Amino acid sequence: MKKILASLVTAASLTVSSAYAGELIIIYNDLNPTPKAAFEKVVSDFEAANPDINVKLSINDREAHKPAIRNFLSAGPPDITAWYPGNRMGPFVDAGLIEDISDLWASDPNLSSSFEAIKPTMTRDGKQWGVPYSYYQWGIYYRKDIFDKMGIAEPKTWSEFLAACEKLKSGGVTPITIGSKYLWTAAGVFDYLNLRTNGYDVHNDLTAGKIAYTDDRIRATFAKWEELVRPGYFVENHTSMSWQEAVAPFASGDAAMYVMGNFAVSVMKEAGLSQDQIDYFPFPEITPGMPRAEEAPADALFIPSGAKNKDDARKFLAFVARPDVLSEWNGTIGQLPPHSEAEVSEDKFIQQGMATVSTAAGLAQFYDRDAPAEMAKAGMEGFQEFMVKPDRLDAILKRLDKVQKKVYK
Amino acid sequence: MFPRPIEHAPVSRRIIYQVMLPISLFVWLLPLLAIFMTSIRSAKDINSGNVFGWPSSFDLFANYSGVFIRSNAGQYFLNSIWITVPTVALSISLACLAGYALAIYKFRASVPLFFLFIAGNFVPFQILMVPVRELSVQTGLYNTVTGLVLFHAAFQTGFCTLFMRNFIRALPFELIESARIDGVKEWHIFWYLVLPLVRPAVAALSVLIFTFVWNDFFWATVLTQGESSKPVTAGLNALNGQFVSNWHLVSAAAILAAMPPVLMFFLMQKHFIAGLTLGATKG
Amino acid sequence: MRSGHRNSLSLMPVLFIAPALLFFVVYVILPIFQSFFISFHEWDGLGEMTWIGFDHYVNLLDDDRFYTSLKNNLLWLVFYTLSVPAGLFIALYLNQTVTGIRLYKSLFFFPFVISQIVVGLIFSWFYNPTFGVVGHVFEFFGAAPPSILGDERYVTYGIIVAGLWPQIAYCMILYLTGLNNVATEQIEAGRLDGAKGWRLLWHVVLPQLWPATFLAIVVTVIGALRSFDMIAIMTQGGPYGSSNVLSYYMYETALSEYGYEMGYGSAIAVVLFMIMMVFIIAFLWKMYQDEKDWR
Repeated sequence: MKKILASLVTAASLTVSSAYAGELIIIYNDLNPTPKAAFEKVVSDFEAANPDINVKLSINDREAHKPAIRNFLSAGPPDITAWYPGNRMGPFVDAGLIEDISDLWASDPNLSSSFEAIKPTMTRDGKQWGVPYSYYQWGIYYRKDIFDKMGIAEPKTWSEFLAACEKLKSGGVTPITIGSKYLWTAAGVFDYLNLRTNGYDVHNDLTAGKIAYTDDRIRATFAKWEELVRPGYFVENHTSMSWQEAVAPFASGDAAMYVMGNFAVSVMKEAGLSQDQIDYFPFPEITPGMPRAEEAPADALFIPSGAKNKDDARKFLAFVARPDVLSEWNGTIGQLPPHSEAEVSEDKFIQQGMATVSTAAGLAQFYDRDAPAEMAKAGMEGFQEFMVKPDRLDAILKRLDKVQKKVYK
Repeated sequence: MFPRPIEHAPVSRRIIYQVMLPISLFVWLLPLLAIFMTSIRSAKDINSGNVFGWPSSFDLFANYSGVFIRSNAGQYFLNSIWITVPTVALSISLACLAGYALAIYKFRASVPLFFLFIAGNFVPFQILMVPVRELSVQTGLYNTVTGLVLFHAAFQTGFCTLFMRNFIRALPFELIESARIDGVKEWHIFWYLVLPLVRPAVAALSVLIFTFVWNDFFWATVLTQGESSKPVTAGLNALNGQFVSNWHLVSAAAILAAMPPVLMFFLMQKHFIAGLTLGATKG
Repeated sequence: MRSGHRNSLSLMPVLFIAPALLFFVVYVILPIFQSFFISFHEWDGLGEMTWIGFDHYVNLLDDDRFYTSLKNNLLWLVFYTLSVPAGLFIALYLNQTVTGIRLYKSLFFFPFVISQIVVGLIFSWFYNPTFGVVGHVFEFFGAAPPSILGDERYVTYGIIVAGLWPQIAYCMILYLTGLNNVATEQIEAGRLDGAKGWRLLWHVVLPQLWPATFLAIVVTVIGALRSFDMIAIMTQGGPYGSSNVLSYYMYETALSEYGYEMGYGSAIAVVLFMIMMVFIIAFLWKMYQDEKDWR
């Protein structure tokens, strides 16, 4: 009797676990046609390599995914979700909602050897929590044809940069376009100005709450920013434009430079520009001799701790960490694979990006991922306000200090 | 009749009035006309900046079908229907019962309860947001159509009960009394006598609640996340992000999202207005 | 038979009301108390709750964003109520019996039936300085178009105007119905007495329209304090938080991309609730008085 019961129980548990094994639920976060197609290809390649696994993929719009994830991580989590590393994964990791995959990082041949540069970003409390699949350079994208027509060369120093802006402005072209309605665009400008003025360590100390915003060094950053704001080098009415809307003046020739990440290139092309009209240069040097740190935010995949099918989820992450998968994926979306051995596309932006990033003295993850959420929000609002009302700098910095004290206790 | 009837005014005034009417309507509905014009524009127009000029081509069918083909709009619409219709049925049923009780029976709690229902209808959503979300998460109703239906039905019950109670109160009480004297059971009085009489009120409420719930954005955002249960209002927000700078598609989506309550309104105007204005007049 | 009847009479109301009351208590009444409770805790919605007493409220007093939102709510309160007289005037304008007037009335009412999200979108494009109608109008007169939704001075007013559009339609319909029921004898009597125009309106017609006016004010005030959808779709509280209102600020703090502060958000919700309770109680009191008169 006992034997029969035992075998019944075994049979039952086998059916239960096999109900979960074999189905992998993934929630991804980009509905734009190119990234969506690229990820769908990764999924179908994975299914082809693992015929016993069936993937159920659902995709959220990028912005909608951000509030959504905090809900579905606790209520009905998938097996894999897309999200951002650094401080952005902080709240979820600290609440125990993400699966610790340090074991995978240690055992997988790819993760344990070829992801060294990006490993710190994926680490918290000494453990690894996700697998990065892409990162991208930021820098200044510019209208090569306009620069050539006006005889402007790629500026390497701050004074060259200011001179270029002045020449553009007197030629009837707004030097820099920006769409600050979505606040992170202004944060990109701040990050670079701060990294170039004060360097990687000071910037990290700021986002870690160790330096105040009213510190003289940070004031120096804003002083540099003011040199761009006061003469009107930024496009007008940027507070009501999204970053995609800000591509329009860039495409029409009303503006000539854009401080952006590489994902913007496809939008620029969709707006009618050709590959030859756009080019890229890294953000110019401000403090002479300051080691060049770059912004290189990463996108990653995570396993929620409440996932039902963690085994297959780990298989998926291991698949994603392969250099061939990463090369193809990043080749399609025009970004950089985090695998140090992976092939990088021949595209000129990717090549320049790779050169910029691999020679960087440090990689920042972007203000809203390096700083905790509440600080990021207040900071970015401050940046936007500063761009419109530079006279309020003092009040803005004092306010940011107040928030900083509250947030970093 | 106030103001002075136009028939009594001089002819010139009458003509001016008749001419001004369509003009003022045009100005009033200008935003709508603008969005409609945008929705039949082609992508070429939008990209070249020709947003409010004369369209280069009329792409009504292409754009409206494009919305469905290029996004999950169809799913959003279905969700809206799945959310709105059961809510209407549930909240009106609850309200008929409660309104009947508050109108017919004299008991000490009836006035306070009545005012409780009214007050509950006026509270800001935000005071309910966090606890209702938690409740939905813990009961597994988060991100489900059912979760939204239950909440909306509960919230709308306040307004519906107020409405039904006032309406039933206005019915002649002798009908109920004589039925009671005849020994008819309370439930039968409610079901066979009162319910048929409140049909106009039910019609009015149905149309109103349909509109309120279909057009709700806040709770759709708070209680849903994925595409599977998102209604059109929250979906429109997502489409706005997805179709960025494709104004023609977003306008088409917006008009489609607005359509059902509008159709309801034009088909059942009398009921709609009766529902909104009960209480605007006495007697 | 008599006593059995009385028993069933005392039990019946309970049975009839119970379902509705249960739903209402669970989803409306209880959550109000729960929000109060949460506002005394520090909670990110994911982990544990920690008791901090009145700390959130103390922090609110020192919070610039809070005062901005409060100020904007006040602006909403003042300007949104313009919809009441505006609705009255349009109702008076349309209160004629010419052919097709029914169609006009329906079409004027149209904006109310549309979702606030759609209205917000429409006006966002209207206000766009590059290609919006506002932009075109200004350029026609040779002036630089303002970026209404991007300028901290104009943004709240721009959103309120968008909100007024459907709200005026609502007040209009209330008044149209009210006007239908105005006693004609009184008006005729007034006219015979030589009153006309404004005086007739003020002394004879408006008093009879009081129920409509009261309802219009109630709904408009509640709407002004509660308004969320427009701000959410048009500016998300921007630029840099200058168009924020308490309802959106609460949502931002508790549930948005950078907001994981359920406790603080609940405190804001409690403040909003208390403000609205003042008005709700005032309205209920008035309704109660009216009820007593009506009996």
